Amino acid sequence: MKIMTCPINGPRPVSEFFYWGALREMPNPDTASDDEWAAYVFNKSGAPGVKKEWWCHTASNTWFIAERDTEKDLVLRTYLYGEGE
Amino acid sequence: MPWRLLRFALSKEHPEPRMFTAHEKLKPSYDAVIIGAGGHGLASAYYLARDHGIKNVAVLEKGYIGGGNTGRNTTIIRSNYLTPEGVQFYDESLRLWQDLSQDFDLNLFYSTRGHFTLAHTDSAIRTSRWRAEVNKHFGIASEVVGPDFIKKAVPQIDISCGGHAPIMGALYHAPGSVARHDAVAWGYGRGADQRGVEIHQQTEVLSIDVQGGKIKGVKTSRGYIATEKVLCAVAGSTPRILKMVEIDSPLYIHPLQAMVSEPVKPWLDPILVSGSLHIYISQSARGELVMGASLDPYEVQSTRSTLDFPEGLSAHMLDMFPFLSNVKVMRQWAGMADMTPDFAPIMGKTPVEGFYLDSGWGTWGFKATPVCGKTMSYTLANDTNHPLITGFTLDRFRNYALTGEKGAASVGH
Repeated sequence: MKIMTCPINGPRPVSEFFYWGALREMPNPDTASDDEWAAYVFNKSGAPGVKKEWWCHTASNTWFIAERDTEKDLVLRTYLYGEGE
Repeated sequence: MPWRLLRFALSKEHPEPRMFTAHEKLKPSYDAVIIGAGGHGLASAYYLARDHGIKNVAVLEKGYIGGGNTGRNTTIIRSNYLTPEGVQFYDESLRLWQDLSQDFDLNLFYSTRGHFTLAHTDSAIRTSRWRAEVNKHFGIASEVVGPDFIKKAVPQIDISCGGHAPIMGALYHAPGSVARHDAVAWGYGRGADQRGVEIHQQTEVLSIDVQGGKIKGVKTSRGYIATEKVLCAVAGSTPRILKMVEIDSPLYIHPLQAMVSEPVKPWLDPILVSGSLHIYISQSARGELVMGASLDPYEVQSTRSTLDFPEGLSAHMLDMFPFLSNVKVMRQWAGMADMTPDFAPIMGKTPVEGFYLDSGWGTWGFKATPVCGKTMSYTLANDTNHPLITGFTLDRFRNYALTGEKGAASVGH
């Protein structure tokens, strides 16, 4: 069983977690062009690398950020949003 | 046939020519380069050489022929999709499949079994009816059947699924089939090879030379090739190639795992899919039960397997077939599925001139192998999208004109 560390509850089996996708900056909807908005809505960074992602520990509904190597499937760091920098 | 085999016993040297010509060097230039020697890439090469007379073609493969998703899928062929675009496209593919063995002079073990998409809920029945009506409109054998019909086709099934999720009916698609997947890649590969196409295995693409928005060449691990046309048919590696030509796309990669049991006596003729239990099963010609489930729940760009997968899949399988509890699992594996937001592929021309995409084949690419070869070779030869793929182009996202095929995905992903 793969283990992931919840910033609040500590190491837990990965089956307790829910993956929500990459952490992305939303462009301002009032000023963004149609192309910029479509790119934000649909496009993804599909190539492998170390990525910042939204995850949720479902048992406690804790949302947090994980830095993960998506090629090796290694979780490098987890922290609450805004607390990792 | 037995007399032909005898030659192999009596001859000191292998008495047949090899399947493919081994080329020691890359030529300095080709009319077209195809990245990826899987089913789609080799089919495109085959039809380019056979139907369009473009024979100065190199197929570059990082690993070996058919070693990616072509050799990792569960070999199901069907055309009971949901959108008119999808139905017409896959139906053309199914027609091509049916005489491919003749075309190649190679046994693909193409076997028509009948395909059931089991419905355990009212909403699943509703989607089944919707699909059946769209299918019938396009002349495809597809109908909603009741539990009695299913029980007759598969007497071993527990229709109540242990009481958890009773089967209320199914979408039945009589032409649903299975085929031997390696043979497909090998058949197309040999056909292309005989017509002058060069297949280079163990040749990785390192970068792509784009100047002024046009393709100029490809840098590989075995040297530089000049070319003006590149077809990218690399499934789960597509985002890596797109990075080289600086094209953004909605593609995301999740592993899709599958497994087979030990061989058992033939007992399961049709192919069964259950969207509610997230499983599918068929029996191969060797007697192995070929089983799959839904995508892994998060992004990974490798082909690692997990233990959670056979655990979860087996639990659901036992709901349907409790007697399988004594059958052993032989192997499991994974492939990298290149998923799109609307569950339809991304095909055709791109913003880079001379760069053509055959991607977004996620969990549904094997059945489309022949028609992808046909349509992509046409697109590349004429520099115009084939009429069958106009609903699948990359710019549909920019235009918010998606082709919603999710209702027809084999299991709810």
